[in-house]
Amino acid sequence: MGARKFFDRIEPNFTKGGKWEKWFPVYEMVESFLYTPKTVTTAAPHARSFIDMKRIMTYVVIATIPTILVGLWNTGYQANSAIAALGQTDPEGWRQVILASLGIGFNPLNPIANFLHGFMYFLPIYIVTLVVGGFWEVLFATIRRHEVNEGFLVTSMLYVLIMPATAPLWQVALGISFGVVIGKEVFGGTGKNFLNPALVGRAFLYFAYPASMSGDAVWVPVDGFSGATALSVAASDGMQALAAEGVTWWGAFLGTIQGCLGETSALACFIGLAFLLATRIANWRLVVGCLGGMIGLSLIFNLVGSADNPMFAMPWYWHLVIGGYAFGLAFMVTEPVSASHTNLGRYIYGALIGVMVVMIRVINPAFPEGMMLAILFANIFAPLIDYFVARANIARRVKRNA
Amino acid sequence: MEGLVSLAFKAIFVENLALAFFLGMCTFLAVSKKIGTAIGLGISVIVVQSITVPANNLILQHLLAPGALAWAGFPDIDLTFLGLISYIGVIAAMVQILEMTLDKYFPPLYNALGIFLPLITVNCAILGGSLFMVERDYNFAEATTYGISSGIGWALAITAMAGVREKLKYSDIPDGLQGLGITFITAGLMAMGFMSFSGVNL
Repeated sequence: MGARKFFDRIEPNFTKGGKWEKWFPVYEMVESFLYTPKTVTTAAPHARSFIDMKRIMTYVVIATIPTILVGLWNTGYQANSAIAALGQTDPEGWRQVILASLGIGFNPLNPIANFLHGFMYFLPIYIVTLVVGGFWEVLFATIRRHEVNEGFLVTSMLYVLIMPATAPLWQVALGISFGVVIGKEVFGGTGKNFLNPALVGRAFLYFAYPASMSGDAVWVPVDGFSGATALSVAASDGMQALAAEGVTWWGAFLGTIQGCLGETSALACFIGLAFLLATRIANWRLVVGCLGGMIGLSLIFNLVGSADNPMFAMPWYWHLVIGGYAFGLAFMVTEPVSASHTNLGRYIYGALIGVMVVMIRVINPAFPEGMMLAILFANIFAPLIDYFVARANIARRVKRNA
Repeated sequence: MEGLVSLAFKAIFVENLALAFFLGMCTFLAVSKKIGTAIGLGISVIVVQSITVPANNLILQHLLAPGALAWAGFPDIDLTFLGLISYIGVIAAMVQILEMTLDKYFPPLYNALGIFLPLITVNCAILGGSLFMVERDYNFAEATTYGISSGIGWALAITAMAGVREKLKYSDIPDGLQGLGITFITAGLMAMGFMSFSGVNL
């Protein structure tokens, strides 16, 4: 109880009239990070629930753990495989120097070597994201006198997991700044935004610096190695080429394919999604809608067929496992703030994302991947969907009581 | 027919007048506070757009284009320099006629649209639609399709914008950004979402 006493002792310094009054958000951040927030609703009605913002956000971070672990391993595995394939005996770069000096080596069959190699790509990006994003968060909290919210932990984690491993750190910093400030803080902070801040940052980088955010050379952090993602292989050469590249459905499901840090393993994403559904953080209607939209449109495309666009032939179970679909479905479609808030609206919102993602992947040659843009697009229409659902309910009631 | 469908898809989503070309911004930003009014304005833009673009197309083909006056015995005359002024005149006249017709025969619709009908006379999205029609050499069928669908695209954008703005009422926007400032940022972010269509080639 020493720490609790310490906090109780220093708290008066931060409350109104105290000598460090300005720094209250920082105090509150550290205190509520360590202890359950003690703020309760002051006005009636009082519904009792164990759920609070901190618990929601912490659960989401917990749910990302499987994707982080698989992502770390896979990033290292891809890098080590590339090193082995290129026959590099002593790769350059500080990560490789550290790995070599620790005697771990670059054997792609050694899980620990893969894991540590991936970790060294993950860590700098994560630190930069936390420091830069945290700076903006605390700055706004201090000036605007709101609390530093645990939501930032989720935003930063999701943002890192959808970065390619080779992302330059200054771009990482720029992206998270844009996401936190323009995507969230100008609207008043967590819960007041209408777009997903992590996706805003990622989309900003995607359009501003396409060379380091997409293409064939960004996924595997080894110089001179270029490996296309499963989606761009399928888009340019068809499903047969995918098999020729050595991408199997199980590989894509387990996550041994190229892609952003945390999005490759559909299995890990589904474990996270199951956790979120079981804890009722994620609303299952969103997931059902999104799966339905995706499966429906891809079946239609399968039926229609196309002579010159091989993506028409991609079956839904492939759409499910490659690219960012599984990751987006688990962590971004289910985000409660930017989704629709009515139950019927949730089905529609989910279905809109599912339809859009297949639409972008199949008939938009400019972007091989569509999950990010599909979610942003649906975010825009979420309030409108709610409006029409509410209006329909009102009309029905008026009719019933007439 | 297939060409017209893909033209319509392009005009609604890919080349959305509001969010890809940023046309009609004044009304887009000013009249998007409530979903109800935004829908009203959107419908009037659809109506006006689907009348004026084909009408201007007829005028271009039969009066202004080089050699268009052959039927009157002037095969060498090129009146395209009168284009801008005639399109604007047609738009203003059409809106005026539409307004009077609605006032006389459909008073409820007239009252619902209210001030928006005269307002969209000066909406750059309307003139932009006609100018795009000229620039891209649409024939009459294409012009009609383009007029209707570009209007739908604009209406969709302003309705979505109004939805977002109604949601933002519950936000806590910094003092300096309240009102137009945050609306500009919102429009920019929405345009980023609409980027998902850029590059679609049907």
